[in-house]
Amino acid sequence: MRLSLLAAAGGFYLAAAGLFLTLGARGDWGFILAFRGEKLLALTVVAAAVAVSTIVFQTITGNRILTPAIMGFDALYVLIQSVLVLTFGGAGFAALQGTPLFALETLIMIGVATLLFGLMLRRSADLHRLVLTGIVLGILLRSLNALVARLIDPSEYSYVIANSYARFSSIDSDLLWITTGVTVAVAGLILTMARRLDVIALGRDSAMVLGVEHRRAAQGLMVLVTLLVAVSTALVGPIVFFGLLVSAIAHQLAGTWRHATLLPLAALIAAGLLVLCQALFERVLQLQSTVTVVIEGVGGLVFILLLFRRARA
Amino acid sequence: MTAGWKLAVLFAGLIGVSLAMGAARLDQDALWLLAVSRLPRTVAAMLAGAALAVAGVIMQMLARNRFVEPATVGTAQAAGLGLVLVTLAAPAAAIWVKMLVATVSALAATAGFMALVRRLPPRDPMLVPLTGIVYGGILAALAVFLAFENDMLQYIEVWTSGELSGVMLGRYEFLWLAGAATVLAYAYANRFTIAGMGEEMSLSLGLNYAQVMALGLAIVSVVTAVTVVSVGMLPFVGLVVPNIASRLAGDHLRHSLPGLAAFGAALVLACDILGRVIWYPYEIPVGTILGVVGAAVFLWLLQGRRAHAA
Repeated sequence: MRLSLLAAAGGFYLAAAGLFLTLGARGDWGFILAFRGEKLLALTVVAAAVAVSTIVFQTITGNRILTPAIMGFDALYVLIQSVLVLTFGGAGFAALQGTPLFALETLIMIGVATLLFGLMLRRSADLHRLVLTGIVLGILLRSLNALVARLIDPSEYSYVIANSYARFSSIDSDLLWITTGVTVAVAGLILTMARRLDVIALGRDSAMVLGVEHRRAAQGLMVLVTLLVAVSTALVGPIVFFGLLVSAIAHQLAGTWRHATLLPLAALIAAGLLVLCQALFERVLQLQSTVTVVIEGVGGLVFILLLFRRARA
Repeated sequence: MTAGWKLAVLFAGLIGVSLAMGAARLDQDALWLLAVSRLPRTVAAMLAGAALAVAGVIMQMLARNRFVEPATVGTAQAAGLGLVLVTLAAPAAAIWVKMLVATVSALAATAGFMALVRRLPPRDPMLVPLTGIVYGGILAALAVFLAFENDMLQYIEVWTSGELSGVMLGRYEFLWLAGAATVLAYAYANRFTIAGMGEEMSLSLGLNYAQVMALGLAIVSVVTAVTVVSVGMLPFVGLVVPNIASRLAGDHLRHSLPGLAAFGAALVLACDILGRVIWYPYEIPVGTILGVVGAAVFLWLLQGRRAHAA
């Protein structure tokens, strides 16, 4: 059951990747494969990072509606970037570009996120209040980013604008290798903790009874989630509803809480979906850069459906 | 009465500052400058603020939920979507035609939201704003999608962040329509108060519930569409003002509505002044300031209600 499910998801991903690499290709195959291969890798890394971080986050918080992106993790990362541009100026920002910048931003992000979200998550018992608070926090972070963007010199504004919207068409290849490494390492680490996640999914009290130190485990996992969010946001920018969409599909298909199945399944589905959408939109429908808009629209619909189903139950 | 006087003095001060402040110095052309630019800007801020605050409280009465307002549950987004659609279909249409289409679109979306709210279980007050925010997000995504495919993204920017720096004589007068809608709301204030007690209660008190509901939706849609088309989206005014006013002055609209309108006007005016001060002589759009201030207050309201909300 488990293996056939994973094999099917893997097949789906491979088919999508094949389509992405070959569809509408003309000319020198060596060039095309190298060019598209890099993009394929980036899309896969982003999708896997979003899927794994969302599933783990939902397990820790014990819900399937709230995701890191909806709570504004991505927005926080973008805000940190904007504040850095504001303090160092565009030239200083550009000098840091690449791995050192990514490391700096990620460090700040882990600090702030642990403080901010840890505080919020610990205090709330009521799920809908938690979700609403998370969404409003996301709105606040995005508004702050808009404000900071206005304070930046117009000539440096382009750095901020380029980072504030999700984009799949241009990917920073310097960043690609470090982010791939981080994603593989973090996702691997999380996968070794799959059994502990299964126990955490039972809820705080049951987990403690079964001998998992809930608070420490949750804090450690939250740092890993933050790392993955930083990876995907640094590569393509914020996407709010993609994680929700993927986790909903994965939970529906898997029919199990076992993370050893759930995590790889979600990652494969996410990567397959993203690559397939990109291939369809870019090559077949000739719609440029609107994949994210469609993902946001469909993801929003799924969100409302989930809310309604939960409310009726 | 003393509180009222303090508010009036504060208000007069805000108006004075708004009139006196700007990149140009007031010298021999002062009167002309005031009449063409600064007075219209000040009036526009007050009209939009007052109307949005009143639209917010009416929406909260009709939805029976404190955490909704036109800019977060899709009314403003639908107005923008209507604007995009009419601009695509008839680029040369007159401004009043565009405003009409935006209003109709806002009306349809708000009625749709109300229908959604009725299907939600009443026991959970957080579910309504949650649904609304995402519903508004979907409408906005639709507008962005259309704009993206037709190279109209800049056009979208104009109405997503409300800005008053472009307001001049001859370019804001439609806002008086929103002002008129606010006066109409005051005339029907008692009925909205009763409608806020729920459909069953309203019917047993002899209120024509459907009619009041329709009138309320119309007022909310007209106010929202007119502000979106004239100055752009001003988020959270309709949420922050009624929630704070209700703590100070209660929920009897006939009593609280004038103060509420004044408070809304003062809030938008103050945020506009703040946007002009922070980075003088450059300006930060009032919508951006309101986004930060409003979201922060919203968070505070959410936490503060922990003790007594269901």
